[in-house]
Amino acid sequence: MDFSFTDEQSMLRDTVAAYLADHYTIEQRRAATAEAGWRPQVWRAFAEELGILGAAFPEDLGGLGGGAVENLVIMEAFGKALVVEPYLGTVVIGGGFLKHSDHPRAAELIGRIIAGETVIALAYAEPQGRYNPAAVTTTARRDGAGYVLNGHKAAVAGGPWATHLIVTARTAGGPRDAEGISVFLVEKDAAGLTTTDYAVVDGSRSSEVGLQDVKVGPEALVGPADHGLPLVEKVLDEAIAATCAEACGVQRKLVDGTVEYTRQRRQFGQPISNFQALQHRMADMFVEMEQSVSMTLMATLKLADDAARPAAVAAAKVRVGKACTFVGQSAIQLHGGMGMTDEMAIGHYFKRATLIEQAFGDTAYQLTRYERLAFD
Amino acid sequence: MNLDFSPEDEAFRLEARAFLAEAYPTELRARQERGETLGREDFLSWHHALAKKGWVAPSWPVEFGGTGWTPTQKYIWKDELARIDAVRIMPFGVTMLAPVLFMFGTEAQKQRFLPPIYRGEEWWCQGYSEPGAGSDLANLRTRAERIKGEDGAEYYLVNGQKTWTTYAQYADWGFFLVRTDPDAKPQAGISFLLIDMKTPGVTVRPIVTLDGGREVNDVFLDNVKVPIENRVFEENQGWTVAKALLTHERTDIAGVANSKRALEKLKAIAAAEPSDAGGPLLGDAQFRRKIAELEIDLTALEYTELRMLAEESRGKGPGAESSILKIKGSEIQQRLTELALEAVGANGAADRSEGAHNQPVGPDYARDRAALYFNTRKTTIYGGSNEIQRNIIAKAVLGL
Repeated sequence: MDFSFTDEQSMLRDTVAAYLADHYTIEQRRAATAEAGWRPQVWRAFAEELGILGAAFPEDLGGLGGGAVENLVIMEAFGKALVVEPYLGTVVIGGGFLKHSDHPRAAELIGRIIAGETVIALAYAEPQGRYNPAAVTTTARRDGAGYVLNGHKAAVAGGPWATHLIVTARTAGGPRDAEGISVFLVEKDAAGLTTTDYAVVDGSRSSEVGLQDVKVGPEALVGPADHGLPLVEKVLDEAIAATCAEACGVQRKLVDGTVEYTRQRRQFGQPISNFQALQHRMADMFVEMEQSVSMTLMATLKLADDAARPAAVAAAKVRVGKACTFVGQSAIQLHGGMGMTDEMAIGHYFKRATLIEQAFGDTAYQLTRYERLAFD
Repeated sequence: MNLDFSPEDEAFRLEARAFLAEAYPTELRARQERGETLGREDFLSWHHALAKKGWVAPSWPVEFGGTGWTPTQKYIWKDELARIDAVRIMPFGVTMLAPVLFMFGTEAQKQRFLPPIYRGEEWWCQGYSEPGAGSDLANLRTRAERIKGEDGAEYYLVNGQKTWTTYAQYADWGFFLVRTDPDAKPQAGISFLLIDMKTPGVTVRPIVTLDGGREVNDVFLDNVKVPIENRVFEENQGWTVAKALLTHERTDIAGVANSKRALEKLKAIAAAEPSDAGGPLLGDAQFRRKIAELEIDLTALEYTELRMLAEESRGKGPGAESSILKIKGSEIQQRLTELALEAVGANGAADRSEGAHNQPVGPDYARDRAALYFNTRKTTIYGGSNEIQRNIIAKAVLGL
């Protein structure tokens, strides 16, 4: 049993942190999110200057030989800086689908991801499906060797920046059946694919995606036809673990920022950090954050164990999600009126924490999932 | 980074499991299963079996009988002990006083006191809290004056009252914090004394607790003569000793292994109890959710402890972060007993304490649920209350 990072992993963390300290201050982020939402030059720097987009891919697919722990290191650092660029969608999710399937073009497509050329967004959710990845009504009808896709995908994170979408669609079965789901990699400029892009409260961007008679070739299929749900669940679990790592970074900033602010802020003739009511709240924030770190490590290290993975990830998401709410709300409370302002960074961390609690299934959803996995 | 147990660790687990299956005292097992109140000889029967094996004090230096186990092996050992519901080895001598003697004791003190602790021949108790010194321990008033006897030799004359002293009624010896300099600042005038409980002037009076139990006591010290050589470390430096001891007291306070076992039992109860709608209580959506949330919290605590163990094995001692283990560990212990009482419903209400007009009512597993719930309220109070733990985190970790 070993919870220590390798030298390479520590170096990766330091490299990312140093870059973000220079290029991702809260002011730089604010300027960028007000315009295109992301900064393509930052993405290029990730690919070229830092070379981190290949950190989590195996060497035989052109990567640096890392995996889930590298994703954890990068995502935690991104959480601390509130990075909006689509590492999660592109590397963790898009790359995850490709590396777990024996897609004939996997190596080539991963090469493009690592080079920063291909940007991927996941289109799995649907308006009627809430968080259930099996609730798919989008259809993929056989059409010669290829398929024709029709349907509506909701809340596609990073959709506006993507070159490709991963789309789940039904090739057989009823609206909530586990069987009959297939996964497709679709170019975003495919004919019949329309997007409605919108800004998200955490500073990122998402899209609603319409698919009307979108024709794709046989090579668009990723993973097995009709039996794609286990692959979807596996990649979603990897995405959840990575998002938990991001949450650890966000929570760390919420705790540190609150400690710092209460030491500066004076009332009744002294720093408000002197007051025990506030100290205990901050101690509880710290405890919650540490539990998040523990659960994130646990889930990340169980990702490769398909039997243990689902319950481990559900448990982690529950604990981290609760901590996001408690730590986030407490941070705003302890900042008082200043916590309500757009001007201070703390509110932006709170907003991200709030959306992480919902991401890929909120606490209630993941609790139900955990109960089913652990008790039934 | 990985969660794997090494082949050596797995082999150790098998060895531990085989030993426990063979060596756990059968009479003690039978008394536990009948739900009887356990006393000194019960606890010592297990202590003696472990001492014979050489496993009673894993954390001691090897030359004094420690096992030299890695933190992972200690974790496995605790897990296996919990699995068979082994009674605990009393911590007062083995895990509280002994580390203090290793750190601060004279050679003569080590030779005199450590072997009987190891062999379970002398039972120890802790004389820390006083009626006026709980969380504010440094406010203690029990006075030890240096007096010259008729034979010319000096001794301490101790007067005062200690309280919450667990199993003082069984104790042969106690370690006590006493005030040797009443004029110094509170922390500066304290000394750490070892007192023979048979000394004239020592009186033990039981305190009956909410669960009907008689584990804790008041200890009155009335002109108790204590030889100077029974002082550990320098005079007036007892606070340093006390703080070191409190750190050790906190290290195993997470109680993960026992809570995992208690959770298994809770689930078994919930599977056996009917729900209002019929079918098992474990199928009731609300109760099921409560158990799921508790199980997840326990997993978080377990991995927090494992992280700290990993740090420890890399040479970092337990720091203020161990307050997390105290806070979460104690809250989880309480929640487990709360849900178990909730699960057994009205059958939990029967008073099973000594002297009550008790009659066997309901299933065996309902027995003691109320008593355990009431008793476990102590966990957030003792060992530095959880509010004190938050103070420690605020000051020592967050720098407030």
